[in-house]
Amino acid sequence: MTNNRLLPYLLIAPATVFLVLLFVVPLVQTIALAFMDNGVASLTNFRKMAGDLNFGLSIGNTFLLVLAVIPLQICMALVMAMMIQKMDKGRDLVLWIWIIPLGISDLAAGLVWLAILQDRGYVNTVLNMLGLVDGPVNWLSYEAPVSLFVGVVLAEVWRATAIVLVILVAGLQLIPKEYGEAAEIFGAGPWTRFRKITLPLLKPSIQSALILRTVLAFEVFAVVYALSGRNFPVLVGEAYAWQHVNQNNGVAAVYAILVMAISLAATVIYIRALRTPPEMQP
Amino acid sequence: MSGIRIDAIEKRFGAARALEQLTLDVEDGEFLALLGPSGCGKTTLLRIIAGLETQTSGRIFIGGRDVSALPPRERGLAMVFQNYAVFPHMTVYENVAFGLRMKGATAAEVNKQVERAAGLLHIEPYLERYPAKLSGGQRQRVAVARALAVQPAVLLMDEPLSNLDALLRLEMRSELKSVLNSSGTTTVYVTHDQTEAMGLADRIAVMHQGVIEQIDRPQALYERPATRFVGGFVGSPPMNFIDMPVKAGLARLGDFTNPVSTGRDTITAGIRAEDIAVVERGGLPFDVMVCEPLGATLLLTGRVAGQLARVAVRPDAVVAPGDRLNLEPSPGRIVWIDPANGKAIGQAA
Repeated sequence: MTNNRLLPYLLIAPATVFLVLLFVVPLVQTIALAFMDNGVASLTNFRKMAGDLNFGLSIGNTFLLVLAVIPLQICMALVMAMMIQKMDKGRDLVLWIWIIPLGISDLAAGLVWLAILQDRGYVNTVLNMLGLVDGPVNWLSYEAPVSLFVGVVLAEVWRATAIVLVILVAGLQLIPKEYGEAAEIFGAGPWTRFRKITLPLLKPSIQSALILRTVLAFEVFAVVYALSGRNFPVLVGEAYAWQHVNQNNGVAAVYAILVMAISLAATVIYIRALRTPPEMQP
Repeated sequence: MSGIRIDAIEKRFGAARALEQLTLDVEDGEFLALLGPSGCGKTTLLRIIAGLETQTSGRIFIGGRDVSALPPRERGLAMVFQNYAVFPHMTVYENVAFGLRMKGATAAEVNKQVERAAGLLHIEPYLERYPAKLSGGQRQRVAVARALAVQPAVLLMDEPLSNLDALLRLEMRSELKSVLNSSGTTTVYVTHDQTEAMGLADRIAVMHQGVIEQIDRPQALYERPATRFVGGFVGSPPMNFIDMPVKAGLARLGDFTNPVSTGRDTITAGIRAEDIAVVERGGLPFDVMVCEPLGATLLLTGRVAGQLARVAVRPDAVVAPGDRLNLEPSPGRIVWIDPANGKAIGQAA
């Protein structure tokens, strides 16, 4: 009896210990680091962060990136998922090809797009062959903020839309096809069926995808770093720079906490805004 | 005018034929049941009428209009699904109103029709609830109300009662019949339950392996099945089939004889369990194996010359397993079947 009662706790103990050691402890330490200066409680690190030239820029850039990438990814993944849903043959093959980017690390993805977009990259080669540009154009310099931003968005969309797609495809498969058929019988065209039936029933999956993607998007770093270095400052990039370039782990900790706070806030907003009341669940 | 004409409909899935050249007329206002075992093609036929499935060849007319190539929403019909397909994210009111809203009905018209349909199916108290809060029977009512709210010319129903428990099914059955009778809606109703088909339908089409075996009024189907399959599928217990040797135009088994017109030396007698009398002597020898008191009758299962047979006798009859009885079928009610092709003799089938 005693054994049986203890067993569940024993089984979850390794995971719990692991998480406490490698997640909770560093979290507490980070918070301590942020609020300390030379061993004394202080807000110096916060003041340093706020006074930095790149601070406003990195917040602006990160939000701009999230606002551009997330809606684009959700729309694209929705369209792709709906197209896959209509396929009979080759469905799995197409899905498989579409989710290949999932298997690539974000730094590698950034390097792939660097190879495409850098001044001697594929884009310039093609444009040159077509006679559209004379010589290499630097798309990723800080003097070309628009093309730099577009490049980062492209790379992020290419890299991370697949995870949204997988979540939405799984969600679509959970919706019984009779709902769509009933709507069709009772006069709804394809667009109306999508809006009035599919989208509301897919809401829980969209919510999961949004939370996951938004949290990860606020943590965007490697892709941006590969493409632009610090020409396009983002929050996690600044944390990295304060830690390793400026050797100031206090300010780096403040950045880390800021990113966490923003992610938490976004999650809370999504949970509130896209709530499906239990009585409306199938 | 909203009869349905099914003209040489054929459906193939790869090499397999689900439906073979089906032709069928459903009259305006008629209630037709498509009855058959699972896999006989009845649901496929219903879905083709609805436009949810595309026929390989053949045409569908509704009210004289060729709808073969039209999408479901342009066919002017309503449907009740087996698993109800009541939208979980809409209130009962919005579910019932769905078809009307899609047609662009005015708010007043929507309100009027929803109230009428809700009244017919007694779901007024739940109009503001979500379907998850309803029982299976209540959801079924919502699905029917949603279909009736649009006042369809044609109503299609796919095993609508099969997910309900037995008592509720009986209640919904009679209610459906009275609601549909008064609305005069042309109805095609798919079921594998022969009592449901018998009780509800004006006519029943019995389907088997992609073909219609027989279409007729329920009573005619029961009394004069055109094939052995129909006799065995319609009615509970199923019809008895007893093979008898034929000599000189006379079928003979035990002391029972009957003149028959067949060129073969064996014939199958299709006899209903209740069309058999127990007599003092003569007739068919019947060895009782099992007695089942069913309340209204006593059902005996046993063997006639080694062949399985069931006989319904009066509930107060004193019979025990191991008894031998003498059976006298009423000759006029026997269906004589050619054992080679399973078709009834002397019938245009």
